[in-house]
Amino acid sequence: MLTRKDFAGRERPTWCTGCGNFGILNAITLALVERQIAPHEIAIITGIGCGSKLPHYMKVNGFHTLHGRPLAVATGARLANHGLRVMVVHGDGDGYGEGLSHFLHTARRNLNIVDLVQDNRVYGLTRGQYSPTSESGKRTPTSPEGSIDRPVNPLALAISAGATFVARGYSGELQHLAWLIGEALDHPGYALLDVLQPCVTFNRSYAYEYYNERVYKLEEEPGYDPADRTAAWEKAWEWGERIPIGIFYRGEPIPTYEEQVPALRAGPLVERPLERLRAEQVESLLAEIA
Amino acid sequence: MKESLTICIGGEAGMGLESSGAGFAKALTRGGLYVFGLPDYHSRIRGGHNFFSVRIAHHPLYSHAEPVHILLALDVETVRRHIGSVVPGGAVVYDAKDELPEELHRPGVNFCPIPLSALAEERGGRAVMRNTLAFALAAGLIGFDPAYIESVVRDNFARKGEAVVDANLRVVEAGVQAGCAFQTDFPFRMEAVPEAPRRLLLNGNDAFAMGALAGGCRFVAAYPMTPGSPVLQWFAARAGEYGAVTKHAEDEIAAVNMAIGAAYVGARALVPTSGGGFSLMVEALGLAGMTEVPVVIYEAQRPGPSTGLPTRTEQGDLLFVTYASQGEFPRFVLAPGTVEESFRIGWQAFNLAERYQTPAIVLSDHYLAVAYRTIEADALNFDEVTIDRGSLMGREELDALQEPYRRFRVTETGVSPRAVPGHPNAVWSTTSDEHDEYGAINEEADNRNAQVEKRLRKLEGMAREVPGPSWYGPEEAEVTLLCWGSSYGPVREAVDRLNGERTGRANMLHFSALYPLPLEATKAALGRTKRTVVVEGNATGQFETLLRAYTGWSPDGAVHRYDGRAFTPEYILRRLPFAV
Repeated sequence: MLTRKDFAGRERPTWCTGCGNFGILNAITLALVERQIAPHEIAIITGIGCGSKLPHYMKVNGFHTLHGRPLAVATGARLANHGLRVMVVHGDGDGYGEGLSHFLHTARRNLNIVDLVQDNRVYGLTRGQYSPTSESGKRTPTSPEGSIDRPVNPLALAISAGATFVARGYSGELQHLAWLIGEALDHPGYALLDVLQPCVTFNRSYAYEYYNERVYKLEEEPGYDPADRTAAWEKAWEWGERIPIGIFYRGEPIPTYEEQVPALRAGPLVERPLERLRAEQVESLLAEIA
Repeated sequence: MKESLTICIGGEAGMGLESSGAGFAKALTRGGLYVFGLPDYHSRIRGGHNFFSVRIAHHPLYSHAEPVHILLALDVETVRRHIGSVVPGGAVVYDAKDELPEELHRPGVNFCPIPLSALAEERGGRAVMRNTLAFALAAGLIGFDPAYIESVVRDNFARKGEAVVDANLRVVEAGVQAGCAFQTDFPFRMEAVPEAPRRLLLNGNDAFAMGALAGGCRFVAAYPMTPGSPVLQWFAARAGEYGAVTKHAEDEIAAVNMAIGAAYVGARALVPTSGGGFSLMVEALGLAGMTEVPVVIYEAQRPGPSTGLPTRTEQGDLLFVTYASQGEFPRFVLAPGTVEESFRIGWQAFNLAERYQTPAIVLSDHYLAVAYRTIEADALNFDEVTIDRGSLMGREELDALQEPYRRFRVTETGVSPRAVPGHPNAVWSTTSDEHDEYGAINEEADNRNAQVEKRLRKLEGMAREVPGPSWYGPEEAEVTLLCWGSSYGPVREAVDRLNGERTGRANMLHFSALYPLPLEATKAALGRTKRTVVVEGNATGQFETLLRAYTGWSPDGAVHRYDGRAFTPEYILRRLPFAV
């Protein structure tokens, strides 16, 4: 029986006191314990940013890669070993800025990856510049007059790209977030989990008080049906006095990418022994060029 | 000099020159001849001027050559561009419907107006069959048995049905007849050798892909880019049969990161590309270096910078791939010289990458990647292929693991025992940040030194592991031509021609391991030279720069080529007197 202790890391987090990443770390651990997924059965592949250091603070297979690229690394890992669960954890700059293209392509391919984005709407590690999800007009060191860009809408993008599981969590709602991570892990295929994550140092306008006053749970919203993609897309634009969290869209599962690769039907690629080609295989290759 | 002759077919893009040229080259190979076939094309789908030259001989060929014996001109432009290369006694076959301006005629050259399109349409039903007709005509001219062309036609068109096969066979017959009519005026012959053993015809891309497959490569990710993408296509066509996964990624950055992800979990992963794609991969190359993930990148060079000459050749990326990335880490740079070596390096690169847990870059170029060559059936030696995964930990070793696993354990060789994710005894994090032995981020100076030195220590073993330069030609020679990668063939033939005039004039020292340089073998070999000329396909002498940097040695001269065309023996011989 796995417990939280089994996931305890050797390192102490370098995050600021009150950082939303603590909630995310705890929620991931809770979800893995609840689903009884052992540390060696999952790889957490991260980008670069404060939150991407997360696997160092757990006991888990972790690959802390490049800024913007963890989904591509995760795709390769899944294709070569689909027996290994893969979760990607990265920030909004990583996932929706540098890695935006990989986000859309991974979603449309439907690889079985949980994509958790720590969305604090600011660059933390590089000290406070505006991010792809920052609101227009935000004054930061790189936008002293206020940013002109309109923010990315990750949920609407994921729905448009064909993702079949699109959700938003909030690091201040630990149990709810752990539940969402568990649902995302259960979902066969790509699952986007955008997590509202207060940055207590560089983005004080989106602190816990801001979110606590505004978030509401979609599953408690009368009449909201997460199977309705059009409604989900509409809901993805709601931001203001009320901010929805929960599962925006959960479609009927469609075949994952991995399931459709002929070479993977016989089991994970890495579990097959690597052997020299047999004589008849060599002959068949040579016959093509003789 | 032993005899060879070149048949060159030219026309517009979209006329199917390359596929028909490759088919003809196969027929010649089946007929016991040695072939060197080189497609030359522009970066466009239609129009322009493309050609395919097929050089043939009764002895092995390592290079194309400039003189043309038969010019098959599907348009007037072909005559205009190539008439200067046609030898006295040679033939220019052109479509009788084309008006050939007077100034294109040359005394001593046979001009053969043949209704190529009309005849193809009449006998085969389609004017596009004129390529087949023209090649069959060339076969008739040189006295080559058309049965071999017919056998290739049958193989190539079988899946299109009997009617298509028959139509093509009628076209072949018409071509051969037309050729025979001119045979008496044509002084060059190249008859088939019916008793010849089975031989193979392939290009460097095919050979490398085959070697990689034989060496256990089962994951290939790429974004299409000339001339590297055929390697992805080669694997994709065989993926189901050999249990390989191929991924046409959204861009080169994704492709290389996918390969790193696949290698991280234990697959042998390859990324084929060209210089532009490699440019995009540089950050990930550093990731593989830092996290010690073995990945193989096949970079088939074309002339840059930027888009450059997309369908042409150059050896201009050597220093770039050798030093690409911020920071310092070991890597292999291996540049095959021939198709045989492309095959061998194809499997060896995976062993080297895995044994040293670091990236291996295989540096080919457009010329080697696309030029077809006839080789002996046993020249691709599948028997010597080994799959050596180095210090990859097996299940038993992991089961027995007592202490916490140290992925980056500091060792004497710099290589640490490697686990892949999935075993409860080896659960660890790895990172692109500097890290300690366990893989935890660590910025301390002592740890930094220990890890940098651990990684760079691998270079000592790597330099001992890679092959030293290879000699060709007489041991004592007045001048040694130094070269690397695909220049092997043209330089080898230039050496043959020099020694054909007077033995002992020249030899060749060819390098395929460029980084790390096998220093001891290199210094020993350089010590045996008199005068030296570096022959390389770039403008600034990149290989020479490497040699100077690591050996302190200086050559006496250099021959460079950077017009996007491959070296020919003639080009080298023309430049050589001015080089020293």
